[in-house]
Amino acid sequence: MRARLALAMLAMLALLAPAAAAEQRASLIEIEKQVMCPVCGTLLQLAESPQALREKAFIRRLIAAGKTEAQIKDALVVEYGDEVLALPKGSGFSLSAYVVPIVAFVVAAIALAIGVLRWRRSGGGGGAAPTDSPQGEDAERLDADLARYDL
Amino acid sequence: MVAVVGLLVYGLASKGSSGVGVGDIAPSSALPNLEGGGTGSLAEYKGQWVLVNIWASWCIPCKQEAPALETFQRQHGGPHFTVLGIDSRDLTDDGRAFVRRYGLTYPQLRDGDGSAAHEYGTTGVPENYLVDPTGRVQLHVVGPVTEESLHDEVAPMLPKGKS
Repeated sequence: MRARLALAMLAMLALLAPAAAAEQRASLIEIEKQVMCPVCGTLLQLAESPQALREKAFIRRLIAAGKTEAQIKDALVVEYGDEVLALPKGSGFSLSAYVVPIVAFVVAAIALAIGVLRWRRSGGGGGAAPTDSPQGEDAERLDADLARYDL
Repeated sequence: MVAVVGLLVYGLASKGSSGVGVGDIAPSSALPNLEGGGTGSLAEYKGQWVLVNIWASWCIPCKQEAPALETFQRQHGGPHFTVLGIDSRDLTDDGRAFVRRYGLTYPQLRDGDGSAAHEYGTTGVPENYLVDPTGRVQLHVVGPVTEESLHDEVAPMLPKGKS
């Protein structure tokens, strides 16, 4: 019984292993979405210039050599510099591309909150508060008007 | 707000640079040698006339002009003149194969990220700049050179005899 179970598990592993390997293998279509054609200034996916065709051939060669997606992107950076990456790297100066918008949003939110607090403390709206009920001549005129429309 | 406006102005100014023209000092940033390791620069050729040829292996007009440049180098290359190739936005192996295929003997630098081409303000490849011994551009050719154009426009500016 144990031997049968072990055999069944081995068979399952044999079936799953190639599928897992295929998932990890780099794909031209996926990499093309993440890198630029430096000459065209567009995603490589959209480019068909002679330079783009050479870049695609380079990626295909590296895929055939069994390189991972990260290794291929690193190789492209060595060839064309950081600007070949469609999204900046999350380190060094490039990190500012991600950090600056977040910091700017937080600073703007704090400034807005402080502004609203100050506005409310200074009696927000600026106009005089309405009195509870009309006085003197106004009260008499109001009573007369109400009496006129009294049904 | 001031920072954002400043960034916009800087972006527009840097995009709008018109590039190097006749009379301007040619950029001489250090670049890796295409072959053999190490770096090189136009500054190393101060005192010589230099025809800076910005090219790429995937560029068809560059293939057309390469033999003319090599012939010109063989005729005029020496202590007072050289062609200096800058392989721009190209794969290293492709650039090296190009040099071998056309038997180019003049020095070659590698400009993988296009920063040198950007400094020169090129609009494409090939572009050629004749730089005098003081480092100033004396001639700028957009597009490929030919044996005739090199003979008619570049040769007369060089010192007499084999440079």
